[in-house]
Amino acid sequence: MSLPDAEHLLVVLADQIRPRVGADTALVGLHTGGVWLAQRLHALLGLMQPAGSLDVSFYRDDYAKRGLARDTRSSSLPFEVEGRHLILVDDVLHTGRTVRAALNELFDYGRPLRVELAVLVDRGGRELPVAPTYCAATLDLPPGQRVKLAQDGDTLSLRLTGS
Amino acid sequence: MARNPQLNRHGELQHLLTTEGLPRDVITRILDTAEPFTVVAEREVKKLPLLRGKSVFNLFFENSTRTRTTFEIAAKRLSADVINLNISTSSTNKGETLLDTVDNLAAMQADMFVVRHASSGAPYLIAQHLEATGRDHIHVINAGDGRHAHPTQGLLDMYTIRHYKRDFTQLSVAVVGDILHSRVARSQIHALTTLGVPDLRAIAPKTLLPADIDRLGCRVFHDMAEGLRGVDVVMMLRLQNERMQGSLLPSPQEYFKFFGLTQEKLALAKPDAIVLHPGPMNRGVEIDSAVADGRQAVILPQVTFGIAVRMAVMAMLGSVEA
Repeated sequence: MSLPDAEHLLVVLADQIRPRVGADTALVGLHTGGVWLAQRLHALLGLMQPAGSLDVSFYRDDYAKRGLARDTRSSSLPFEVEGRHLILVDDVLHTGRTVRAALNELFDYGRPLRVELAVLVDRGGRELPVAPTYCAATLDLPPGQRVKLAQDGDTLSLRLTGS
Repeated sequence: MARNPQLNRHGELQHLLTTEGLPRDVITRILDTAEPFTVVAEREVKKLPLLRGKSVFNLFFENSTRTRTTFEIAAKRLSADVINLNISTSSTNKGETLLDTVDNLAAMQADMFVVRHASSGAPYLIAQHLEATGRDHIHVINAGDGRHAHPTQGLLDMYTIRHYKRDFTQLSVAVVGDILHSRVARSQIHALTTLGVPDLRAIAPKTLLPADIDRLGCRVFHDMAEGLRGVDVVMMLRLQNERMQGSLLPSPQEYFKFFGLTQEKLALAKPDAIVLHPGPMNRGVEIDSAVADGRQAVILPQVTFGIAVRMAVMAMLGSVEA
């Protein structure tokens, strides 16, 4: 199947977010694809606040089963979370478990005023009641198929991978 | 047990008993894992849910408030329930054997034992007993056994060195002091060797060196001025006061004169050399206050990193299937 162009979707996503951006808005990218997206969106939207990043490995519900990820990175939120409008950014929304983990981690930093979710692609297959606030495209993929974001130089693209 | 008793069939960390024979890959993984944990301490909520619902038993057959506290903090930051037992003052006084104590605590659904014991090999004995009796889902961490090993101290020292110096394969490192009685020194030396330190030195009076020091891969010096020349890292050891009574040492004052780290002696090391000490320090015995409080000392960062490293070890053990 042919996948939509990630660079185009990025522009669509930025257009969706732009009217809702305020002085207090900050982006938080989820490792790894979400961090690339958050950086690009940050430039496109000309935000004041630096973008943060979360690696939710320590909050995943499958930690006991799968063990710690080998390349867990430090989360970094270079702003006060308390009272802020935050937009979680991820490349692909699938089961919703990563978003659940991210929300849990976020609240250990403070109490944000509002948290929204921006994704490039919603591919269905939800296992938790999670819905995106901003979404550039929906894809209908069979359960075993995965799609993820790749970065080649400065260019983002979507790729299909096995299960 | 033919395989490394610390690793399971898949080569993952099952117990942490010693840094001796611990593969480089595993040591590096522990240090890498510790890195994101250092950030947690700076947050509003200093807790992660990794060991939620797990019970960690601190089994201290030998008193050590400081080490026990750092393990306790590490376990609590991972959301574990922590039970502290100072056994030197409880059941063994009533005649219970080590393994009976362990069996009783295992029957209370323990998930992890952190063991400090005056006898070398006690944590290994416990790990072996748990495996032999089919309870290998319980993990054992050695928090110091006799003169044998203190692996989490050795690993937090490695973390500290890597934090300041980055590449182990370019370093000159001196371990200074009572190496004979020091489980810390052994754990440091094995880890430093495994991580590829090319120039490893042991500086001590003859009476405080183990007979097998050459086999550990150290160059031996009995003179501080010679041994410290050009090193990147100075690892001081605690001189245990109780050793002063015997015939091994003349007096604290004389020891300080020859082996105490002063600014003057430290000036022989590289200008950017760092000074480590596992604590508690004897100021004016093995280390001068001017050095301990000086700009080259990284002794308090060691304590902070120690919590992250212990969290890393516990988190890795907690996610391993037996």
